[in-house]
Amino acid sequence: MADLTSNFIGIKSPNPFWLASAPPTDKEYNVRRAFEAGWGGVVWKTLGSEGPPIVNVNGPRYGAIWGADRRLLGLNNIELITDRPLEVNLAEIRRVKKDYPDRAMIISLMVPCDEESWKDILHRIEDTGADGVELNFGCPHGMAERGMGSAVGQVPEYIEMVTAWVKHYSKMPCIVKLTPNVTSILPPAMAAKRGGADAVSLINTVKSITNVDLDSFSPFPMIDGKGSHGGYCGPAVKPIALNMVGEIARHDVTRGLPISGIGGVTTWRDAAEFLAMGAGNVQVCTAAMTYGFKIVQEMISGLSQYLDEKQMTLDQLVGRAVPNFVEWQDLNLNYVTKAHIDQDACIKCGRCYAACEDTSHQAIAMSPERVFTVKDDECVACNLCVNVCPVDNCITMVEMPKGATDPRTGNVVGDYANWTTHPNNPSAQAAE
Amino acid sequence: MSNSQLTPGVVPGRLPADAYSHNFGDHEPPLDVHEARVAADRCYFCHDAPCITACPTSIDIPLFIRQIATGTPEAAAKTILSQNILGGMCARVCPTETLCEEACVREAAEGKPVEIGRLQRFATDTLMEAGVHPFTRAAPTGRSVAVVGAGPAGLAAAHRLAMHGHDVVIYDARPKAGGLNEYGIAQYKAVGDFAQAEVEWLLQIGGITVKTGMALGQGVTLAELQKAHDAVFLGMGLAGVNALRAAGEDLPGVRPAVDFIAELRQAKDKSALPIGRDVVVIGGGMTAVDAAVQSRLLGALNVTIVYRRGQEKMSASGYEQDHATSAGVRIVCNASPVAVHQAGGALEVEFAYAVDGPDGLKPTGETFRLRADQVFKAIGQTLSGAPEGLEMAGGKIAVTGAGRTSVPGIWAGGDCAAGGEDLTVTAVAEGRDAALDIHATLMAARS
Repeated sequence: MADLTSNFIGIKSPNPFWLASAPPTDKEYNVRRAFEAGWGGVVWKTLGSEGPPIVNVNGPRYGAIWGADRRLLGLNNIELITDRPLEVNLAEIRRVKKDYPDRAMIISLMVPCDEESWKDILHRIEDTGADGVELNFGCPHGMAERGMGSAVGQVPEYIEMVTAWVKHYSKMPCIVKLTPNVTSILPPAMAAKRGGADAVSLINTVKSITNVDLDSFSPFPMIDGKGSHGGYCGPAVKPIALNMVGEIARHDVTRGLPISGIGGVTTWRDAAEFLAMGAGNVQVCTAAMTYGFKIVQEMISGLSQYLDEKQMTLDQLVGRAVPNFVEWQDLNLNYVTKAHIDQDACIKCGRCYAACEDTSHQAIAMSPERVFTVKDDECVACNLCVNVCPVDNCITMVEMPKGATDPRTGNVVGDYANWTTHPNNPSAQAAE
Repeated sequence: MSNSQLTPGVVPGRLPADAYSHNFGDHEPPLDVHEARVAADRCYFCHDAPCITACPTSIDIPLFIRQIATGTPEAAAKTILSQNILGGMCARVCPTETLCEEACVREAAEGKPVEIGRLQRFATDTLMEAGVHPFTRAAPTGRSVAVVGAGPAGLAAAHRLAMHGHDVVIYDARPKAGGLNEYGIAQYKAVGDFAQAEVEWLLQIGGITVKTGMALGQGVTLAELQKAHDAVFLGMGLAGVNALRAAGEDLPGVRPAVDFIAELRQAKDKSALPIGRDVVVIGGGMTAVDAAVQSRLLGALNVTIVYRRGQEKMSASGYEQDHATSAGVRIVCNASPVAVHQAGGALEVEFAYAVDGPDGLKPTGETFRLRADQVFKAIGQTLSGAPEGLEMAGGKIAVTGAGRTSVPGIWAGGDCAAGGEDLTVTAVAEGRDAALDIHATLMAARS
């Protein structure tokens, strides 16, 4: 068993799997069960200011997107931050942390954007024994209308300002949770760094409407015939999150800023991908909400097996893919591949043919006996056939060796060369 | 109750009274909404799908499954029925394991095809239970067509002709329309009087008159039909039964399996049906399986199917064979009947073993006898009462193209016509295609 012990900005946990700030971490009962199931840490559901508790809707809070067999692919929610009294939450946090000293206990915070509010809340949580705070600059629904959550996260100056307040009034490690509802994730991440954040966590949920009820004509989730946008999460947002994590991990300014990766982590494999893209740990919510807390056991065993097989430590995995995350212009234009169909594995469904013939490059031939073969002189190696084929590894991309002639272009496969030096590029610089 | 499975002779009520409704209930229960969604999700929506090619009526299977998956089973039903108006019955009786489901790429991928037959039933049942008939008649053409036989071929032809605005009169020898759907299908494959419900639903198209108790030579002649109508479609099926050509064939207790199946289908109270303690079924097709399995379901103690060639040559599919053996039927192969003997109060069928070689069946010289209270002959049906003047091929009506016989103005399809497998779905395809040809011919003649 590989050692999965995690040290994220000085916060130790037995594994890098934390539960994200969300309904699963709203109260003592859940968090105790999560720790019993094996979660390495939790980010307690966001606390607000002292005062009358937040009010939630009394109708549906969630909408969803499903794949085949009603497998949940995306979830959206319109739930607000905790709707329980501050003192109740603080007492519970204190009790749980005392009973589980080896687990990470982070408190998520969201209070109005003024110094007094932040000073006050930080003071109140001082003696809970929590390991750190996470600033919720991410939630895109409800609270944003009140000038909090993503309303802060969309203005880098506010991020920097509030982060600086937090660092000024608290000694606790500070994680800034970022919203993906921005044109670029880099300015918010840079602002967090300037403000003194110890880490960023991302992504929070994506503004979304999951569907429209075609009888009532209401967006979903529907409250009395009306719907407002919610925050989207689950497997569907993973690609968005991976890109944003990677962008922060590789950028000159933000490189080295610890990242807690969030967004559709469902299996150990997803987690490993986030780690490889530069996340120091991961946070999970939707998968737990779909399958329950037990999934962490698969994540622990899977990641452990993977690290053993790779003879790699957890730290060695973190960021391993970042150097390979480049701009398009850096891609090797002399890397030539051709699709290859394994006739023994092929079940003759013809989906590759339909996809290629109707929507791509007419590079697959179909015989009257339903034998599907790739026309190398037409194949641009787009990979669509691989993606639509229902059989794993039936269609693969085979690299042409250097010196071979690509039958499509007539060009000989040469050494690495990218767009920056390509003759068709008007701004290409001749290599001197 | 006095009788049991052990009671000698041919007696009713061998089973407890409540066993019959279970035994003759739905052999394969319908999918519910959730099951249908799960089953539909498995379809890959293949390009130029092999299942369509394998379907004699060329139903666009991936399309109708996608329509089910997206919550519109009514649209799915219309996709099915536009190709196969008896899609409801075919969903129940088609040997899908040798047609669409055998061709399904998931059969190749994992040995578990998409459940096309059951999905088809889900769609067609949904529409028919709603009482919706999704087709309308074209304006009347003033032309009239006679259809002989109200079985799958005749009904399919009649519906398509009526859709195109022709007036249709169907003549059928039996008291009820439906043909083999009504009289020849095992009870557990079409429960709840489905065949009649389907006929009534089909006739909603309008323009079709059904005259029962009439057949060629039975109240009407082909010449009269030719005179009274603009075209004639013959789909009277195969009313004759092949003989065993074994001594003792005429003894009481020996009867055609099709008669037994028809009697059973029409019986309201299955417990009142007498059945032998020992039953022997001779043949290797679906009729043999249907007769044998239903004998067991009526309470027969020992039921044996005896087939003259090797088991791999049985025309009943592997699925049907497994169904028979799981129902407790024994299958004996490579044995041909030689004679039926009277023995005590019962019969004994004497069989001779024979090996199947390049020169045909060669007896090995070994024989054996099976005790039988009843012997059901299921060795094929023949066309009886074929009208004079039509060219024949292999004992059936010769046809070219879309069911054209040697006589202009007369078409034929279904089991009575040469060529094609003798399946319900094949009959539907032939009836439909002949109807389209008749329509084209009549319209060309008018212009």
